[in-house]
Amino acid sequence: MRVVENLNAALHELMERDPELYLLGEDVVDPYGGAFKVTKGLSTRFPDRVLSTPISENAITGVAAGLALAGNSAIVEIMFGDFVTLAFDQLVNFAAKSVSMYGAPVPMRMVVRCPVGGGRGYGPTHSQSLQKHFIGVPGLALYEVSPFRDNAAVLAEMFARQEPCVLFEDKVLYTRPMNEVAAPFRLDEQSPGVARVSLDERPDCVVIAPGGVAHRAMAAMSSLLLEEEIVCTLLVPSRLYPLGLELPPGTRRVFVVEESTGGGTWGAEVAHQIHRAHWDALDGPVTLVHSADSVIPTAPHLESAVLVDASTIHRVIRETLRG
Amino acid sequence: MMVTTEAAAAVRPPGDEDLSLLLTIRAFEEKLLDLFGRGMLNGTTHTCLGQEYVPVAMEGLLEARDHVFSNHRGHGHYLARHRDPEGLLAEIMGRRGAVCAGVGGSQHIRRERYLSTGVQGESLPVACGVALHLRRTEPGALACVYIGDGTFGEGGVYEALNLAALWRLPLLVVVENNGIAQSTPIARSMAGSIAGRAAAFGVEHRRIESMEVDEIRAQLADAVRAVREGAPLVAEFVTPRLGPHSKGDDTRPAEEIARLRAVDWYARYAEAEPERFQRLDREARAAVDAVAEDVVAREPS
Repeated sequence: MRVVENLNAALHELMERDPELYLLGEDVVDPYGGAFKVTKGLSTRFPDRVLSTPISENAITGVAAGLALAGNSAIVEIMFGDFVTLAFDQLVNFAAKSVSMYGAPVPMRMVVRCPVGGGRGYGPTHSQSLQKHFIGVPGLALYEVSPFRDNAAVLAEMFARQEPCVLFEDKVLYTRPMNEVAAPFRLDEQSPGVARVSLDERPDCVVIAPGGVAHRAMAAMSSLLLEEEIVCTLLVPSRLYPLGLELPPGTRRVFVVEESTGGGTWGAEVAHQIHRAHWDALDGPVTLVHSADSVIPTAPHLESAVLVDASTIHRVIRETLRG
Repeated sequence: MMVTTEAAAAVRPPGDEDLSLLLTIRAFEEKLLDLFGRGMLNGTTHTCLGQEYVPVAMEGLLEARDHVFSNHRGHGHYLARHRDPEGLLAEIMGRRGAVCAGVGGSQHIRRERYLSTGVQGESLPVACGVALHLRRTEPGALACVYIGDGTFGEGGVYEALNLAALWRLPLLVVVENNGIAQSTPIARSMAGSIAGRAAAFGVEHRRIESMEVDEIRAQLADAVRAVREGAPLVAEFVTPRLGPHSKGDDTRPAEEIARLRAVDWYARYAEAEPERFQRLDREARAAVDAVAEDVVAREPS
């Protein structure tokens, strides 16, 4: 099963199980079924609760917050995650704050889905990974779709938090298969919501990467193993913030990989947390691997020069460990 | 500002209950300014002096099952809905009994189906969501949103009006058009008109120049009934803001303030029915004084 099919099935399952759940977004109804077909079939089955909207990200997100206030659950699809900046006020100043600013907890069951990432030549305003802009907002949790975690479980967990959540979905990941790792690596769960891709032997380093870059990290792990005999363990957290991640015992080297462009990144926040907890046990500071500090160009040769890829990850890990 | 003395002179003070509520809101706001002047209030405050009759009139058209969304200038809206000066003052002062434990303060209050937020235009899309919920689960109930003329600068207003009209949502937008946004007169912030903006979305618009609660209710009753059936409404009140935006920041000329004070319901009602007015005013002020004395002495929330 491909990631997009898993996500679509999860939405079908949730809509069926929860008659109080709405899904809103631009062009989400059939026969179109969303720009990336994630919502395919939903409006046919649930026409009253799956609604195509005008191009109004602020209003759509506000409507979801209103539904949540009134006791419903709501999912918003932002067609391209880049456009979530238009919903920033509703998310940050209203939905997330409502959880606690009225003195008593207000349950806000809403999820804003954001297809993100480049690699498809969509250019500077349709290719970004904006996770970093949402870190550290009280009452707002951030998740990223992973090829290693069933999205029905992810969505159920987000709604159970009773606070607004943003789900980042790497567009390139949609067509990848679920739960597939290359031999000799094997896949298991390190802790609830954190997938681990590892070998039996003790790793030289731990690589932390969200779902969108997991395949690039795994490609680098394979080439590092074959060409350099460097052994890596990959951790893929489903929840990016607040981060609940434990380093394996004995970890001495850590790399954090993400597609975000440089500056104020998620990885910087992860590194800070790891430094606070494990500074004395590490051989060196956490190394951040991300895209260049740049807009994301359209032409393929320019875009690939900016975005983080497997060869960059390979090179940074080799240089850091071997000098 | 289009408030005319002709319109104002024609009417009598409302019945005891409405007049008492008007006087309570007036007394509450003046008490806040008094406390502020004595350095006893934290932060800032936005009073609704002069505009008290808008929520008092609207309460006569709203039902308990309706949702009310308010803004930064919301004390009157809250008091008209919940008649709770004690919880509100405790909230504003961060004392025991605060309706939102002192976290929200003057601009962020939630109690049952009443909710206020401090960012302009933010509540309109949220109210559309609540209205969508009501349409399906409680047909006949509506979501009422108070905004000001300045709020029309925000794009979210138009996204919400568009959705409300498209989806036939029971959304009632009450505009308190006091002709000035903080220090900027409407002539410098709004091209066209509020009526024209409602018309652009095919949304019914009523302009209310009266300050008399019974007259206002009669003028709006049919349109509010239609809101309950899914015909959104923009009810624009032409209303005077007697006080500053927050405190000590009024840049309007003295003649302008004097002209607004001349049409203020308070002075007109005091003159029209001195005996009843004085009695109810004394009661309202005594009640607010007692609340203030009690709340000021309380421990922090």
